[in-house]
Amino acid sequence: MAHVEVQHAQGQQAHGQQAHSQQHPIGIYLWIWGLLFVLSTCSYFVDYFHLQGMLRYSLILLFMILKAGLIVAVFMHMAWERLALIYAILVPPVLILVFVALMTLESDYTFLTREEFFGIGR
Amino acid sequence: MSHSAIAEDKTTHAPRGWTSLVRDWSSDQRAFKDVPWGKAMMWIFLLSDTFIFSCFLLSYMTVRMSTLAQWPNPSEVFALHIGGRDVPLILIAIMTFVLISSSGTMALAVKYGYQRNRRVTATLMLLTAALGATFVGMQAFEWTKLITEGVRPWGNPWGAPQFGSTFFMITGFHGTHVTIGVIFLIIIARKVLRGDFDVERKGFFTSRKGRYEIVETTGLYWHFVDLVWVFIFAFFYLW
Repeated sequence: MAHVEVQHAQGQQAHGQQAHSQQHPIGIYLWIWGLLFVLSTCSYFVDYFHLQGMLRYSLILLFMILKAGLIVAVFMHMAWERLALIYAILVPPVLILVFVALMTLESDYTFLTREEFFGIGR
Repeated sequence: MSHSAIAEDKTTHAPRGWTSLVRDWSSDQRAFKDVPWGKAMMWIFLLSDTFIFSCFLLSYMTVRMSTLAQWPNPSEVFALHIGGRDVPLILIAIMTFVLISSSGTMALAVKYGYQRNRRVTATLMLLTAALGATFVGMQAFEWTKLITEGVRPWGNPWGAPQFGSTFFMITGFHGTHVTIGVIFLIIIARKVLRGDFDVERKGFFTSRKGRYEIVETTGLYWHFVDLVWVFIFAFFYLW
């Protein structure tokens, strides 16, 4: 029994060493690199052509999320990691959105208070 | 236990999906299977760093939303006078492309590292470091320009006084990260060139056997710096 377990552990280790060396064809890196250039150019053009309003904000967010996703998934190899690591790293930042909501409420309140006390005569 | 009910990877017979997640997290000794400890630790560090940068960006959001004064228009503030006209945000755009290029060279360095191609790996890492240094240099230029124009942490000529403090805090902290990354890259590139990872030479600080995985770990840090810039570019410069 012990012998089997040792063998099993060795097998796992050997498997582990193979699995965690991230080997991917060079083409995928070059593709993503090119895409990041295109997306960056797009987000620069949002400013260059003076887009305004919701169109501006939604495009900024769209290009930002796409760029961030490509960097994390391919350059940082997250797409090929095990779910245990993916969830441990990618789920906690979602909670930041709660923080964003809290601070939005807080700053709206501050803004209204300031307008009430300092905004007289504006 | 019936094995057929569990979704399996056809090549390795390892469980996939939620089954793999629950198994990994409920198993003994280590949750992150097949992940070298250095890489797992780097990811956890990057997670904590994510929260630090989020706090900076959130405080920026809060002061920008709550100020009564007009927020300076970054498109004009960061414009450069080229060829007789003001090109909006051009320096920041160039900095973005420089940083993305450095991320590309770093990704290739990791690939050649695992192929144990010492010369190409070290060259790509040094190229990454050079691009990073270029980025920091351009940031120094940007800071100098803004400071001579009168931007201070407590005020500026164009509007809301909080602009200066958030600008110096956010870009300064990011620039510090890039600088540390450049130093880190040069140290690891030297080790690659010397062949430390082929003979598993022990590190002078950690006394652990050197492996090519450190190139990937360094790469994770470097890509993270690029990742943070994506968010700073979107929220601070474009918004």
